[in-house]
Amino acid sequence: MNAPIPNSFRTQPDAQGHFGQFGGRYVAETLMPLILDLEAEYRKAKADPAFQAEFDDLLEHYVGRPSPLYFAPRLTEELGGAQVWFKRDELNHTGAHKINNCIGQILLAMRMGKTRIIAETGAGQHGVATATVCARFGLPCTIFMGATDVARQQPNVFRMKLLGAEVVPVTAGAATLKDAMNEALRDWVANVHNTFYIIGTAAGPHPYPELVRDFQSVIGKEARAQMLSRVGRLPDLLVAAIGGGSNAIGLFHPFLDDPSVRMMGVEAAGHGLDFAHAASLAGGRPGILHGNKTYLLQDEDGQILEGHSISAGLDYPGIGPEHSWLKEIGRVDYTSVTDVEALDGFQLLCRTEGIIPALEPAHAIAAVKKIAPTMGKDEIILANLCGRGDKDIFSVAEHLGVKL
Amino acid sequence: MSRLSAAFAKGHPALVCFVTGGDGPTPAILDALVEGGADVIELGMPFTDPMADGPAIQQANLRSLGAGIKTADILKMATDFRARHPEVPLVLMGYANPMTIRGPEWFAQACTKAGVDGVICVDIPPEEDAELGPALRAAGISLIRLATPTTDAARLPAVLDGSSGFLYYVSVAGITGKQSAALASIEEAVTRIKQTATIPVAVGFGVRTPEQAGPIARVADGVVVGSALIDIIAEHGDNAPAKVRELVSALANAVHNARKVEA
Repeated sequence: MNAPIPNSFRTQPDAQGHFGQFGGRYVAETLMPLILDLEAEYRKAKADPAFQAEFDDLLEHYVGRPSPLYFAPRLTEELGGAQVWFKRDELNHTGAHKINNCIGQILLAMRMGKTRIIAETGAGQHGVATATVCARFGLPCTIFMGATDVARQQPNVFRMKLLGAEVVPVTAGAATLKDAMNEALRDWVANVHNTFYIIGTAAGPHPYPELVRDFQSVIGKEARAQMLSRVGRLPDLLVAAIGGGSNAIGLFHPFLDDPSVRMMGVEAAGHGLDFAHAASLAGGRPGILHGNKTYLLQDEDGQILEGHSISAGLDYPGIGPEHSWLKEIGRVDYTSVTDVEALDGFQLLCRTEGIIPALEPAHAIAAVKKIAPTMGKDEIILANLCGRGDKDIFSVAEHLGVKL
Repeated sequence: MSRLSAAFAKGHPALVCFVTGGDGPTPAILDALVEGGADVIELGMPFTDPMADGPAIQQANLRSLGAGIKTADILKMATDFRARHPEVPLVLMGYANPMTIRGPEWFAQACTKAGVDGVICVDIPPEEDAELGPALRAAGISLIRLATPTTDAARLPAVLDGSSGFLYYVSVAGITGKQSAALASIEEAVTRIKQTATIPVAVGFGVRTPEQAGPIARVADGVVVGSALIDIIAEHGDNAPAKVRELVSALANAVHNARKVEA
């Protein structure tokens, strides 16, 4: 049964940080006072025009926003259905949407008088974005990264070090993103007095899902205005890839109350939903991890399972709580595509548009490939191109059997 | 009087001992804790992502899960313990997801059936009490909450509200098994907490030796030791119970006699 449909889809979370039954603040007592401080400070910042002005200024002159809205003519022609448009967040400084959120959070950290930054990273994109803003503002920065990911993402490890970050390989568990997040939480608990944790996705304890969404909503706000000014109407369908779901919620949120706009989140089906995958909504159920209640890949005892995806950025066994809520109330459709389909989408965009996408948005492209031909030529799909693929060429080559 | 209340009313401070269920020969280890003189037993429910724990207890969790231990096995260990030791209070300690995945009522009932006296859930703060607290209280199971150096006077009443059995004061802002707090700061904190708390206050995190435990027992109602026991289990495996009993005896001696030594 779906929950009753609210008057607006844009008023979540409630005062306790819940999106319906999801979200919340499931953290150790040591962190609770800090989480409450962060929320209070975020409320003040949100109401402070100077904070917003500084955020906007940095996004314009440092990140390079607004990012273009691009009509993809050859991809559209090849798919033979709806017009395909892309929000070009891969053109941002550091090559992905992650930087939008990092700018917002480091401004908050400085408002709170914190002098040290920590973050977790999987593929390394959020780590690079965090190291970047720390260099820009002169704050020391420690990035926790699973030892497995350190080994397979060497270029990003080197980037983070060039930017002055300390990269700590995490050997616990499967040594991937979830374990990096555990380790970041352990560091935070021991250093709450001076440390700010820049969480990279729209998950974690309240207020993180809300504030990450708000900072990433610049994507959807720009896209909405650009669409209205370029074609005089809203798109019919939004498509975005989902790991934790920050690029997707950033695109979707400003459109949630536009009833004509359908939305599709694309999870990573890995080797297929019956095998190893990272599709928490399709293959998981609600549970509590990393500070929030949300859909998780887990066994019958509530032990967390490892996610698998060709994309290290989607390789997480949970999802942001707002997506769990949007799924439950039926406002957003969620689907999944496999590693093989994503590789196909990756090559399709390279070939038709001269754009090398990251493997994360390659999942969105694969979903577009399936759905565009079923839609009319007068309909518009807007997909989020949330990262560029330079970081992925080595793993793509390996999967395609090419020796570099 | 409940088993937990009785454990803190023996006329001396209580020794509280933590081990992870399914790590090593748990039934024999639990017996060793009792024989060594532990007043309260905390049995850890393993979790894949123990984010408040240091390396020792993380590894214990993974060893237990790696051995195929399920929630049902932990509950069976508790049930069997209760049959062998009718008077020794037993507390389950762990993380929210394994405790709530079948619903809070299911977990509260399972605790009742297994003879469990209390539950410590690391990642359910008072703000999320609805997730577990009402079901436990309705079943007469103590919800034991944690207070930390970051829990200020304004927040303490919320932490105490709805909790019972004892208050677990985490003496350092950090993870288990790492550094220990200065005695002066523990004394200050316990004195401050006891102005508000009507339940006993036990102090843990970073307490490994009788030399550390004794002085803490002079100011607190109880002392919690975990990682030091886990280290013995990691090192000695099936031969751990005798070694565990040895350390617990020394700890119990220091804790139980702490105030006599002072006087």
